Amino acid sequence: MGRIWKVGDNVSTDEIIPGRYNVTTDRAELARAALIEYRPDFAPNVRPGDVVVAGRNFGMGSSREHAAICLQAAGVSAIVARSFARIFYRNCINIGLPILVCDELHGAVEDGGEVEVDPASGRISLPDGRTFEVEPLPEFVLRIVQAGGIIPFVQAGNL
Amino acid sequence: MGTMSEEILSRRLGRPVRAGEIVITPVDYVMAHDQTSPLAIESFRKLGRPLFDPERTVIVFDHIIPAATVQAAALQRGIRDWVREQSVGNFLQEGICHQVMVERGFVTPGAVIVGADSHTVTYGALGAFGTGMGSTDIAVALATGKTWLRVPETIRFEVTGRLGPGVYAKDLGMAMIGAVGVDGATYMAIEYGGPTVRAMSISERMTLANLSIEMGGKTGLVEPDDVVDEYLGGRARDPYERVLPREPRYARVVEIDASALEPLVALPPDPEHLATAREMEHLEIDQVFIGTCTNGRLDDLAIAAGVLKGRTISPRTRMVVTPASKRVLLEAMERGYIQTFVEAGATVTNPGCGPCIGRHQGVLAAGERAVTTQNRNFPGRMGDPTAEIYLASPATAAATAITGRITDPRSLM
Repeated sequence: MGRIWKVGDNVSTDEIIPGRYNVTTDRAELARAALIEYRPDFAPNVRPGDVVVAGRNFGMGSSREHAAICLQAAGVSAIVARSFARIFYRNCINIGLPILVCDELHGAVEDGGEVEVDPASGRISLPDGRTFEVEPLPEFVLRIVQAGGIIPFVQAGNL
Repeated sequence: MGTMSEEILSRRLGRPVRAGEIVITPVDYVMAHDQTSPLAIESFRKLGRPLFDPERTVIVFDHIIPAATVQAAALQRGIRDWVREQSVGNFLQEGICHQVMVERGFVTPGAVIVGADSHTVTYGALGAFGTGMGSTDIAVALATGKTWLRVPETIRFEVTGRLGPGVYAKDLGMAMIGAVGVDGATYMAIEYGGPTVRAMSISERMTLANLSIEMGGKTGLVEPDDVVDEYLGGRARDPYERVLPREPRYARVVEIDASALEPLVALPPDPEHLATAREMEHLEIDQVFIGTCTNGRLDDLAIAAGVLKGRTISPRTRMVVTPASKRVLLEAMERGYIQTFVEAGATVTNPGCGPCIGRHQGVLAAGERAVTTQNRNFPGRMGDPTAEIYLASPATAAATAITGRITDPRSLM
């Protein structure tokens, strides 16, 4: 089970990590800046295995990969959103951060609640027994995720 | 047969492809800038391969140039070392990456270009499939010369009617975002067509294409024509053919009558919240910014200088002007626009991204309000997260600087 950090619709990469904080590639430093102004309580309290549950169009805007990296480095084990912005979605897949598209979960959970996410099967379950199915990833994308990201995928001779 | 995206990718792959298919396509150029190169270089080193083609690699310094902090300087030194080590063929420090890519002829109709910046969509103005990606995707393209893409469905904007006096491509682009929303084109391509778009200059088309990502678009294309050929004469680095839609099937067609538009402003927290400049005229403004890959070109500066000529900015407002490139700056100097800005009381900076991303050259304090010609008004974009960012055309921005309040430029023209 992971703790839920619930956020709304159209959270931009400027809000996930403002430009002033991404002048580095240091993972620990990026983790400290995750959602620093949008949810100042996030970085000091997030624990490994926690899950971000977002509304529509999570990660809109800038292509900065720092946005995906800062959440992963902070310990986030998966992001479940009603929908994702395209570049952020690719960035998560490329670095091996599981992301799942599920329309219903956002309305069914509270901030601070618990959720079990199994990216491999695409199954999401809540402590009260409710379960949710997610949209399956396209087969090609699934292969990148299963390889652990695009770098190992390319190293294995794909692309 | 297909949309422009389908036609471009089919031609590049040598077989017909359709929307929905995932393809691995060769790319013509790979671009990254000072903010996205460091992570791309990290991933590139992990791959342990040479560049697929140093002459098709473009590194541009534009985001924090000259370096404003020790941290930025250290990252830039690392990029410079890598550029030398890899013998990168194109290392440019003369303006905003997208402006420089177009000015220097890297962008031609039918080309597939990936950039580690979301506004790489701007290249669609010349009929190139330009798309933004993260640093790791760019590292893969640097090492392999290829990328994977889902062939996108397409939204087509059909624009008719002439823009009225004081109404510009920026107002039209914002009206388009308002029409479909900030995620209205997610995973999709956009085509901009109709007589109004055909009558536009390259710069105006770039303004439209640039805003494609503000609807979530993967790319934003204009059909190449004589205007593009004329611009690329003596400039294009590669031979090209016009790639046009052939019996396309669009997911959605949105018709817009440009003659009905008024000067607009996009209100916080994102570009889909629109009002007319007239409706917002009560609002006092602390900083005006004219520049960026959306509106920092010569015609944008000409419009702003036309409004400011012989006037001075309000004592309660500060104004920053950042030309999009060295070429734009030189020509603006020659035509007297820079003189006009300085006399009016503006700060003119070196070419680059300027204060758009809140790192230098005009950062906003808590509770301040800015009117800017850029493309994004997300909270925290330009400084303190409680600062409010209003997007507008260069004319509206210049008029606002004079009065210190959001101002419909028609009242001063």
